[in-house]
Amino acid sequence: MNPDAGSTDRQSVPFDNQVVEAFRTIPELLSRDEKLISRGRLLDVECLLGPTVQPFHVTIQGGRILDMTPAPVLMRSWRFAYRATPAAFRAYWQAMPPPGRHDLLALTKRGEATLEGDLHPFMAHLQYFKDLLALPRRSGLLGAS
Amino acid sequence: MSGFVEPIVGRYVHVEIDGEINRIYFEENGTGIPLVCLHTAGSDARQWRHLLVDEEFTRQFRIITFDMPWHGKSNPPDSQYGNEYRLTTATYTATIRAFCSALRLDRPVVMGCSIGGRIVLNLAISHASEFRALIGLEAADFQQPWYDTAWLNRPDVHGGEVCAALVSGLIAPNGPVVARDETLWGYKQGGPGIFKGDLYFYRVDGDLRGRVGQIDVRQCPLYLLTGEYDFSCTPEDTLRTAASIPGARAKIMERLGHFPMSENPAQFRAYIAPVLQDILNRQNT
Repeated sequence: MNPDAGSTDRQSVPFDNQVVEAFRTIPELLSRDEKLISRGRLLDVECLLGPTVQPFHVTIQGGRILDMTPAPVLMRSWRFAYRATPAAFRAYWQAMPPPGRHDLLALTKRGEATLEGDLHPFMAHLQYFKDLLALPRRSGLLGAS
Repeated sequence: MSGFVEPIVGRYVHVEIDGEINRIYFEENGTGIPLVCLHTAGSDARQWRHLLVDEEFTRQFRIITFDMPWHGKSNPPDSQYGNEYRLTTATYTATIRAFCSALRLDRPVVMGCSIGGRIVLNLAISHASEFRALIGLEAADFQQPWYDTAWLNRPDVHGGEVCAALVSGLIAPNGPVVARDETLWGYKQGGPGIFKGDLYFYRVDGDLRGRVGQIDVRQCPLYLLTGEYDFSCTPEDTLRTAASIPGARAKIMERLGHFPMSENPAQFRAYIAPVLQDILNRQNT
């Protein structure tokens, strides 16, 4: 049982540097995936993504990540935020993720992730964001499942 | 092999539902006990194509699957174009019974997945004597919603893309890629608002909590099978439902999600084969 289940409160979730570092690799992994970039070709958005303990302000234009800066940034706004506990991302990135932790919306249903703000860009590009946030799974940075 | 013709035969049957003739597209293969298969919400009967060509099953079963009205190659009823589609328990039940009656099927087995699994429970409650056995895949008396269905049909979000992206997470990871793509393709091809309209039955009209205890499996055996990766109808939802039906048989399927018959046909076969064999054994005793 994940001790973080049901809570995405920053204060109650232990920092997991490995997960944060794995999240930092997403722009580089995306830059090598022309198919995924192409799927997001009509997407321009400022959003807040990442582990609850260290989310990132992400600027996406034409499906490419132009900037990813650790939050908080003074008075920086975002249209939507998807934040999950480090344990949730750790599970999500396993080569064979466990049931219930294999999908972004499975995580929100379990209360291990939160989705907030204006959801239109997220829902209009839902598969893009699912695949984007799954990219560290490919690199196996967190080891085999 | 180029030129190979599959043994599946597709035809149309005219079926009166709620006082109106519907032109229903169905496919079949095999001889023996009629086995009618119901597709999931927002998709169509192509999900069953692998089962339909199973050489062993089709020696004992006449496997039949049909596109619900508004789905696949079954058009909306003539009077309903322009109206909002909303599937109800009553219409869904009437459609299945009318289809079986139109084809003069003698106490068929009905196997449904997702909304098809839910309606199978209603058939078990209200019409058990008409069926030889009932099989619910990804079936439960109720399950907790996990998104707002308003996203499924609005002009500023591509309906096919969002429907497919939502259900993509219900497929177990690391299954056959082509089977996954094909399963999602069915969702990309649904008519506008049809997935949403099906979910009206699933979420609003078809809540069977408190009613499934009425099911008498001595009249009609009931089998419930759910994929471990289905977070919409979870294994817990199915096991809870089965626990309230004395004699119901429940099985959790490994490495499968919400679309077992189409997302990983070989894996599903390992689970459905013993169920079909059990039905045959009962037939022969």
